[in-house]
Amino acid sequence: MNTPTLFGLCAAALVGVGLYGMIVNPQPLRKILAFNLIGSGVFLLFGAIARRGAAVGMGGDPVPQALLITGIVVAFSATALAVALVRRLFDEAGSATLAAEAPAKAKADPPTP
Amino acid sequence: MTLALAVDIGLALLILALAGWTIAVRDTFASVIGLVAYGLLLALVWVRLAAPDVALTEAAIGGGLTGALLISAAARLRRTEAAARAERPGALARTLAAVLAATVTAALVICVLALPDPAPTLAPAAVANLAATGVGNPVTAVLLAYRAMDTLLEAIVVLFALLGVWSLAPDRAWGGYPGPPRHADPDGILAWLARILPPIGIIVGLYIFWIGADLPGGKFQGATILAAMWLLVIGAGLAEPPPVSRTWLRVLLVAGPLVFIAIGFAGSITAGAVLAYPEGYAKPLILAIEIALMPTLVLTLALLVAGAPQRTPPR
Repeated sequence: MNTPTLFGLCAAALVGVGLYGMIVNPQPLRKILAFNLIGSGVFLLFGAIARRGAAVGMGGDPVPQALLITGIVVAFSATALAVALVRRLFDEAGSATLAAEAPAKAKADPPTP
Repeated sequence: MTLALAVDIGLALLILALAGWTIAVRDTFASVIGLVAYGLLLALVWVRLAAPDVALTEAAIGGGLTGALLISAAARLRRTEAAARAERPGALARTLAAVLAATVTAALVICVLALPDPAPTLAPAAVANLAATGVGNPVTAVLLAYRAMDTLLEAIVVLFALLGVWSLAPDRAWGGYPGPPRHADPDGILAWLARILPPIGIIVGLYIFWIGADLPGGKFQGATILAAMWLLVIGAGLAEPPPVSRTWLRVLLVAGPLVFIAIGFAGSITAGAVLAYPEGYAKPLILAIEIALMPTLVLTLALLVAGAPQRTPPR
């Protein structure tokens, strides 16, 4: 086993852990966290593949590495947008639940300032 | 087994343990702390995978800005925690989720073990044409020459994300100050740090930006550090983020992508293709794009963390 294969397997496990967390955790913020775990698992897999492409004195293939930088920045902005949506939901409804009966519950329990 | 591989295995186990903590821990705040530690350790993994440029990005964004964003959100949403726990799915749904996750992981494991050998690589092509771009760091050459289209679209996507965040402002706060008012202790430790750190952070950020042409670093990493310094000053209550209705702010936000697009389309006249650079002018044009993008990125990244406008605009 070498380093790229090891972290490739680690990445596969991270995607699984993140997917499980995204399904079972009911809080929207926890789903965003789990989604970030899935994302970083995918990035890590891509990074392991980049490392395998080491050639001509380079430690890895620079093309996937550059795309990873782009990916990390885009993942951050998507996370920021998702967090802003959850915060707005909380400010409007007084709760941050995604359950179907949420509106009735919010009316019965007005948000406290 | 070599010592290096032992370190790698320890790092992989630590990362998996932190990922498990992030998913399983009861308290969302503790979960966010787990994700921040995870991001910092992941930066070490990038170093082990010979990707220092990615390591800098991961440490600055994955560990830093994402952490700041999620910690403030977790603190805000803390009151909803107790109600949300009751919504946790039952044993059957959890088992099905575990089976699904295990299947996806197994499929990925098979893919990892079946990767072709020798691996396909674009490294020789990237290095062979490096001289034509005038930059010394192949990753920067990919970002701003070979695959400049990705970087252009990324700059626009990040800006659109900010527009999306701003559009979530309530009507009464439109055009106003982002985020809640800060009432930090002017003699507290945060205010002290916000006075001591920015001079150092600004120099480090600009340095990382500047050496990005030839060494690991670049505008994203540098811009993230500068944005973090600004957020520190805002968080300590020493400065206000600008109201989103400010003209100078809006001009700077679109300036970077506009310069990029202008140079890109000029390429179709002077070099025969969109986003191509005329021979001999690649380095100065790349520098012009980077310098124009820098303030845009600093403002966009910091304001994404600051959030939607929440306070009424100034009269």
